[in-house]
Amino acid sequence: MTAQPHRRAVLFVTCIVDQIYPDIGFAAAELLERQGVEVVVPRGLTCCGQMAFNAGFRDDAYAVAGRTIEILRNQGDVVLPSGSCGATIRHLYHELFHGTRHEAAAKELAQRTYELSEYLVDVLGVTDVGARYDGVIAVHDACHGMRYMGLGRQARILLEHVAGARIVALPGSDECCGFGGLFAIKQHQISEAMLQRKLTHIAECGCDLVVTGDASCMTQIAGGLSRSKSRVRACHLAEVLANRVEG
Amino acid sequence: MAAQTVAFVERVDEALHDSMLQTALERATTRFLGNRAKAVADVDNFEALRNQARAIRAGALAHLDELLARLADNVERHGGHVCWAEDGAAARQYILDLAQQRGVRTIVKSKSMASEEIHLNEALEHAGLDVIETDLGEYIIQLAGETPSHIIAPAIHKTREQVRDLFVRHLGMEPTDDIPTMTRTARTVLRQRFLQADMGISGVNFGVANEGAIVVVENEGNARLTTTAPRIHVAIMGIERICESLDDLGVLLQVLARSATGQRLSVYTSIISGPRRPHEPDGPEEFHLVLLDNRRSEIIGGKYVEALMCIRCGACLNACPVYQSIGGHAYGGVYSGPIGAILTPLLQPDLPDAHKLPHASSLCGACEWACPVKIAIPDLLLRLRADAVKNGKYEVYEPPAMFGWRQAMTNPALYRLGGKMASFGTHLLARNGRVGWLPPPLDGWTKQRDFPPFAPKTFTELWEERKKQG
Repeated sequence: MTAQPHRRAVLFVTCIVDQIYPDIGFAAAELLERQGVEVVVPRGLTCCGQMAFNAGFRDDAYAVAGRTIEILRNQGDVVLPSGSCGATIRHLYHELFHGTRHEAAAKELAQRTYELSEYLVDVLGVTDVGARYDGVIAVHDACHGMRYMGLGRQARILLEHVAGARIVALPGSDECCGFGGLFAIKQHQISEAMLQRKLTHIAECGCDLVVTGDASCMTQIAGGLSRSKSRVRACHLAEVLANRVEG
Repeated sequence: MAAQTVAFVERVDEALHDSMLQTALERATTRFLGNRAKAVADVDNFEALRNQARAIRAGALAHLDELLARLADNVERHGGHVCWAEDGAAARQYILDLAQQRGVRTIVKSKSMASEEIHLNEALEHAGLDVIETDLGEYIIQLAGETPSHIIAPAIHKTREQVRDLFVRHLGMEPTDDIPTMTRTARTVLRQRFLQADMGISGVNFGVANEGAIVVVENEGNARLTTTAPRIHVAIMGIERICESLDDLGVLLQVLARSATGQRLSVYTSIISGPRRPHEPDGPEEFHLVLLDNRRSEIIGGKYVEALMCIRCGACLNACPVYQSIGGHAYGGVYSGPIGAILTPLLQPDLPDAHKLPHASSLCGACEWACPVKIAIPDLLLRLRADAVKNGKYEVYEPPAMFGWRQAMTNPALYRLGGKMASFGTHLLARNGRVGWLPPPLDGWTKQRDFPPFAPKTFTELWEERKKQG
């Protein structure tokens, strides 16, 4: 192996992964470390603030996100296992911090913020992470990552190199699963209708594993699959790439 | 139509359980999306065309006063009349007075969302005038006593079978599901009406300032008849629907037809500049242009100005998974779908539940990507949500929840404590590793979905432990 320049990246696992899915955080850390990246998890890092921003409570979002900006100051590359939280930093912070004392720092942070698959493929140039999964995989494109970070290609490149896996096209893979944060609770009937369409497409495509890059969409899809007693499972991209899902 | 009196959540519920509506929406939006995709692929660089169209719309809004004045001057120079209507009441009064002064009895109308916005039909009918919608979709919903549920396909919520029943009941048609037969039936009735009518009322897709002209696009020929057969033509135009030149119009028409119906160009494009001239054999004797403000000028120069770029193609409705699920009527306003969730709170702020519409979105962004002028719809929805909160419009549990969330997310000790409590609580509720019931207001989640229990130890804790172990 050729000597690579030393790379260091902050892993911002996001609040949902931190509190509910620590395994996804370790999977992401492992993927980065295997590429020789020194993974740093700054103390006290919690949340990007998207939940309050989307709910219209901008003062609360500002307090949380402003603190996050401070913690991430001068920390180099920031990698998130989430296109949605990544898009919050890259797209929504602009509006949240416009005309405030954090404006310049928010802009600077946006330029060194990456989603995990983007970082692996576009920054590190990785295509094969040496994973194995014996089964049939379908990819659900999480909306914010796809539309506001240009994601989709990277996850497919990485998955195509997973030994033993067959990738099938998910009909309507670019259609929203219906999560949408508090939308899933406040407008739960609409959210459920959208989820039902997603579940129908999943059943049609013949996969046994649905892979997505956002733990939030994964929670929605997995919640529907488990309630409907489906044999299909949902997981985060990092988990299958780090060999944490058995085929 | 109960949309005004029933709460938003109930309208949603009704829509989701209306199997006819679900069938109609599925058929129609799928067809629209497929046609649009083909029409877009047909252009070398649709993205460049979108950027051009956006720049044209932004430019027109930046010079709105000047362009409107130029349009009005040119219309008057051609012998037309211009009414500057500050609101719906002013527009209705102008048209009503005109109809009464000219002894009008029968009015034919071609599609106009602006006329829906000011509830024109009700006012005219109340004054004893006979008003007939001539767009087939509009005619269908007029027979059904309903309002449009889509910007360009007003009867999108009706199945073919429902239309058959309406025509049998109202037009005495022999029962048949054959669409050409149904269309012919409506055509026969409407032809008579065109010949009878004293006044034709149309909408306006674009006003062209330099030409003093209005442009109406359509596929049925009914708008051309509406604007030429009766002796008086009244066109109603939202003041923002303007462009400067025919060159600008060319770009806008290209993105409009492709985005709306998946056509390269609509079947009929009428460019109308004033009434019949002395040397012309036909056309109306009088032409009146009603320029409708109705709160639009309040939006100009503010943070929602992008919403006025809308060219009413309906592409965001078709692309929206929420619209696909609930249709247009559930929104309760004149404009539905993603753009309606923005326009309704701005143009009809007094409508109950208007402030809830911006929440009827998962913020997936499909609308913004479908929009031919790239309106950042999710960003505008988020601004409306923030404004609603500032005005005290939120669920009762939200402020305390946000306060608690903010404390937890900015204080590591509280964050840890909150996580432990959530983990304890969710593990108590979990069966086989899945939580099937959560207390209100979180029970919205668990009605049709399971939830995972919170982890006993957070990633951060486990990471610290790993570091200590070396």
